[in-house]
Amino acid sequence: MPNKLSMVVFSGTVDRLYPVAIMASGAVAMGMDVDVFLTFYGLDAFRNGNPKTLQKMDVNYKEIAPMLAQLMQKKNVPSWYDMLQKAKEMGNLRVHACAMTLDLMGLKKEDLDPIVDDVVGVGQFVSEAKEGEITLFV
Amino acid sequence: MVMSAQEQNIVFDARGSFCPGPLMELIRGIRQAKVGEVIEVWSSDQGSRKDIPFWTQKAGHELVGVLEEPGYTRFVVRKKR
Repeated sequence: MPNKLSMVVFSGTVDRLYPVAIMASGAVAMGMDVDVFLTFYGLDAFRNGNPKTLQKMDVNYKEIAPMLAQLMQKKNVPSWYDMLQKAKEMGNLRVHACAMTLDLMGLKKEDLDPIVDDVVGVGQFVSEAKEGEITLFV
Repeated sequence: MVMSAQEQNIVFDARGSFCPGPLMELIRGIRQAKVGEVIEVWSSDQGSRKDIPFWTQKAGHELVGVLEEPGYTRFVVRKKR
């Protein structure tokens, strides 16, 4: 059985992309494979140019989100995107784009950030996630 | 991160870096080192205290020491394989 963490990334706000990057880093550090499946707002965050400029935070936490963002900047926390890239350099982390969302938005693989490896259907993702121990929905 | 000589060990100063930063620095350092070499990671992150010994054991290296300094911890690891 492969030692694997799979994540469905539905959210496209910075506060949720951080745990995605941090969980991915931890899993890679522990020698696990990581499969990330980007869909809806999660995929939108990976459109060309978006990963480096994205500043959206969950509006449910609008009282504390700006404070957290400010603290992270002050304490030089690397961006979620940098963390994800480092995790990818360090281990077997694959980023998949949801075919359905791409079709819906009229996008192609070339419209996405280069960190995205390929475009897959939900069937393939679920089949592959089934082989792993952990699947998270973020 | 900053690398400098400290008692002949290779030091990765990851102070100020948050979980899992120091662990990632250690893994990077171990990958670059030769078998038998000793690496130090300096960390002020609370997760390192559990994560670094756990990873070191899992990856088959030797945790030579965990040294408390004011405001940070020095994790000393020997590459075993």
